[in-house]
Parts: sequence; structure tokens; C-alpha cells
Amino acid sequence: MVAWVESLHPIWQALIRVLLLVLPVLLMVPGAIWYERRLLGWFQDRIGPNRVGNITVSRRNRFAPDFLKGRKFNLFGLIQPIADGIKLFIKEDLMPAKADRLIFVAAPALALFPAFTLGATIPWGPIQALTPVADVNVGLLYILAISSLGVYGVVLSGYASNNKYSLLGGLRSSAQLISYELGMGLALGSIVLAVGSLKMTDMVRAQEGPLWGFVGPLANWHLFTPYGFLAAIIFFICMVAETNRAPFDLPEAENELVAGYHTEYSSMKFAVFFMGEYAAMLVYGGIFMTVFAGGWHLVPIRWDWIAEQAPPLAYLAGGFATWDYWLAPLTMIAKCVLVLTVYIWLRATLPRLRYDQLMALGWKSLMPLAVANLILVAAWILVERLTGNPFYGFLFLLVGVGLVVLFYRQFRSVLRGPGSDLPRREVELVNYAKPASSETSEGVPA
Amino acid sequence: MTAETGNLLFFGALAGGAAASAVGVVAFNNAVRSAICLVANFFLLAILYFTLNAETLGITQVVVYTGAIMVLFLFVIMLLNLGAAHVLHEKFDWKRGAGIAFGVVLFGLVGSQILPPLMGFTQPRAPDGYGSPDNIGRALFTQYLVPLEAVAYLLLVGIVGSVLLAKRRI
Repeated sequence: MVAWVESLHPIWQALIRVLLLVLPVLLMVPGAIWYERRLLGWFQDRIGPNRVGNITVSRRNRFAPDFLKGRKFNLFGLIQPIADGIKLFIKEDLMPAKADRLIFVAAPALALFPAFTLGATIPWGPIQALTPVADVNVGLLYILAISSLGVYGVVLSGYASNNKYSLLGGLRSSAQLISYELGMGLALGSIVLAVGSLKMTDMVRAQEGPLWGFVGPLANWHLFTPYGFLAAIIFFICMVAETNRAPFDLPEAENELVAGYHTEYSSMKFAVFFMGEYAAMLVYGGIFMTVFAGGWHLVPIRWDWIAEQAPPLAYLAGGFATWDYWLAPLTMIAKCVLVLTVYIWLRATLPRLRYDQLMALGWKSLMPLAVANLILVAAWILVERLTGNPFYGFLFLLVGVGLVVLFYRQFRSVLRGPGSDLPRREVELVNYAKPASSETSEGVPA
Repeated sequence: MTAETGNLLFFGALAGGAAASAVGVVAFNNAVRSAICLVANFFLLAILYFTLNAETLGITQVVVYTGAIMVLFLFVIMLLNLGAAHVLHEKFDWKRGAGIAFGVVLFGLVGSQILPPLMGFTQPRAPDGYGSPDNIGRALFTQYLVPLEAVAYLLLVGIVGSVLLAKRRI
């Protein structure tokens, strides 16, 4: 099949690659919405949507074949997003009288565009003919460029609605996205420095080497290197901020801005915003996994090394390597879902940040940390070249990252400026029955 | 259809779109629409750079202009809430005629310098890998190291200066 694809005209090849990227993302969006609602329900000790699509065939149904009569089919509410979609389709499509009509209609499309084009340089599997859409030598820069276009949908919808709340949401969003793009770019910069290439396929290949340069059986996933771990945390926080998800969902803060930039949007226009958000979450998951966690490989184990070093295990290792190769797209999807789970976990756990906290986190914490990490990686490359021993390089990195984190923890209050660490105040609950004395003695504040 | 006419059509569509959006920047009365036209113009120019094998330049164009500078532009325009410029309509005066004349002269001057060397080319194209990030990076950090560092310091001074000007208390 690969040979057949390669024999086609380049335009058809490109079309096939685009479809192989866009269709799965498009099909995963309703699943992601259902997954989020079920998982949130579980986190909040309730059930969530579990009814839609449950079919019970009546015993007296004349049209059903005998073996179906009296049977129950449980789809766990998987049809819920489709029901939601139908509901949104048949709702009235409102537009404010004084809205900027052209921009009002174009804004949802502009919000959807970056979500789907973002993944064009991510390899979803090892076969070059099918993925990625374009293996350009500016792969990572392309991702940064497209993610920076994500602001326009939000900002323009905020402007075009002719609504103060929408406008405020749009303004907040543009400030937030510009602030967090810096930290994101610098975090990715340290990885680019270590890999020595901007190509996404090179990123995956670099993570197939031995861990830290000297541990043979394990693969060098950036998540497990000291600098990569720091960069991964910074990148993940910036990623959540870029997709406007909780706890960074200030552009749509319900208690302050009604619904933020999409207050005036209804029906399918709102659905398009919604779809863009979930597609962006999934694709960002793919980026995170490609840059930091080995791309389409399932586990950080080097099967070929094991086959070489331990001939009795060669057959087994070869088998695992083959499975790893052919199940690559499924692995990638599973990894995206894992990132999605963390997204939902964050949403269920953390309260929304205040605006000044948001800015302080982006500019005064993440950016200095990312810069320190970048300098550290540059120094590490120098040390490794001078000594020629990856072990010394690893020791240097370990000490360096430890010092950076220690320094940051020590001087966090200085970095963030005065008044950032407010004293915790005890909250007195009204009409709240005091717990029994046995519990208060265990440290619960009375 | 040969590859050459296909390329020409593609270029025509991109360049035509870029030119139309450039006209839109000055033609629209609404400041936000003008800004959006400028965004479209920058984006189409970036794609043109891509077709000329200058990927790094094209991506930098998108990151810097489309993704950062124009967002700030829009931010300021929306913050000031500029509507259609009724107040700015001026009566006809000699300045407009002089402006058109100067514009034509400038266009002629620049064009006379740029166009003749390009006349011979039908499809200008850089060799493969000419604009790749590693080539540009190597050139920047060897041949042009001193100018690069000088520009870096200039920008740093600019940032520190603007912070000093903007903040009343440090």
C-alpha cells in the first residue's frame, strides 16, 4: 500500500496525508467531549452523561428479530456528543444587530484553522509516505508560528460581537497568549539545542538513542533527562494556557465575563469554537508527546539494542519492535488521550488564576526558568564536547538543573515581586456544623 | 497543464491575494479591517517565501509579524475602540497631489533599480537548502556574529528603556 501511495502524483499523496491527519482528529473530537464529561463527572462524584444511546428492544416488538427481543444495549452515553451536535444544529443562529457581520462569521473559522493545521509536521507513525503532512526542516518553528495564529479567532470574535464582555475576553486572551508563547518557545528551544534539528522526525529519532548517552536498554526520551523534564513542565503549562483551558480560561471566565469571547455566539458558530478547542487540545497532546516522550514509540525501551546484546531474547525483542512499528498510530492516539486526561484532571482540580497571578506566572516564573534551562543545555553541550564522556555531561546536568530549581524556589518571592505570596487566611464558614472533637484534635482548624 | 503554468497560476493567486489585501489595508475605513488585511498580506507573503525555498524566512515572517506584532496592533486598536474615521476626512488640498507625485517618483526609482536584473528570470528559485535554518544559523553565528550581537544589545537596551519609561516606580 505504501508503494501504491508513493506511485501517485505528489498532489494526491499530499491530499492523502492531509486526510490522514484531519479525519482522525475530527472524529476524535466528539469522543473527547464525551470523555471529558464522563471523567469530570467521576472527579466530581456524580455520574455524567451515561444514558443517550441505551436501547432496550421490547419483547412485543413485531419488527425486531427474535434474538433481539428483550435485549438491552448500553453505549455508556457515547452518543451524547452527537445529540448535542444535533441540538446545536437546529438552534436559532443569532447575530447581534450591531455586530461586524463579516468578521463575526469569519472568526469561528479562524479559530478552527490553527487547530487543524497545527499537526501538519507531527509524525503520527514511522511511515514517511503517510505521515507527517510535510516533513519540513522548520517543523518546530512551524508549530510555534501556527499556534501564534490561534489568537485571531478569539480576539476577532471578541471585537466583532460588539459586546463589552466579549471584547474584554478577547483582550485578555491576546495578552495571555503572547505572554505564554515566550515561555513555550524558550522551553522548546532547549530541546532544539539538544537535538540539533528543528525537524519533528529528527526529534523522534534523537529519542531512540541510549538514555543520557550511556544507559543502553532505555531510550533517551527527553522527559527523563533533567533539562527535558524542566522544559516539559514549562511547555505543558504554556500549552494549557495556549489552548485557553482551566486554570487559564480567563478569556471565558463565567463569573466575570458571562462566557467571554463567545458570549454572543450560538448554534453551529459556537460549536465550531468548541470543536477548535478540543482539536487543539488533542493536537497539542501530539506535539508534547513527539517532542518530550518519544513520539510514536510505546515504551522507552530500545528493542534493537536488547536483540543485539542478548541473542536469546532477540526473537522476542524483534517481535516487540514490529508491534511498536505497526501500532504507531494507535500509540500516538493513546498518548494524546493521556495528555487529554491530564488536561481534564487539571480542570477538575485547580481553581482559575487571577489575572495578575497569570501574568506573574508567565513572565516572572516560567520565562526565567526557561532561560536558565536554555543556558544550562548550552553549557552541557560544551561540557560533553570537552570531556567526551556522556556520564560527566549527565552529572553536570543533574547538578545544574538541581541548582536552577533550588535557586528558583529560594528566590521565587524576589522574582515575583512584593505582595505575591499573600498570607493564607482562615475562612469561617457560616451555618457550618463544627466537626466532632475527635477530628479537630487531628489538626483541622477549628 | 504543464508544471510551469501550474506554478504560475499558484504564484498568481498568492501574489494577487497579497496585492489585493495590501490595497485593502489603505482602502478600508475601519481600522480593524485594515489590520486584518495586513495580517492576510503578511501571511500570503510568508507562503510566497515558502515557494521560493526560503522556509526560515517565511516562518519567521509568520511568527514575528502575523503572530506577535499584528496581535499587538489589534490589541491597541480594539483598546482604543477606533471606529470609522469620520473626523479625519480632509478637503482637497495641494498635499494630496504632491503625495501622489512623490509616490510615483519613489516607485519609479525603486523599480528602476530592482526590475532590470529580474527581467531575465522567468522562475526565480534558490537552490535546495538555501534558506534552511541550519544554513542561516551558521551564517548568523559565524559570518555575521558581530552585527547579530550588536542588534541583540540594541534590542535589550530598547526593552530596558521602554520598561523604565513605562513604569513610574521600579
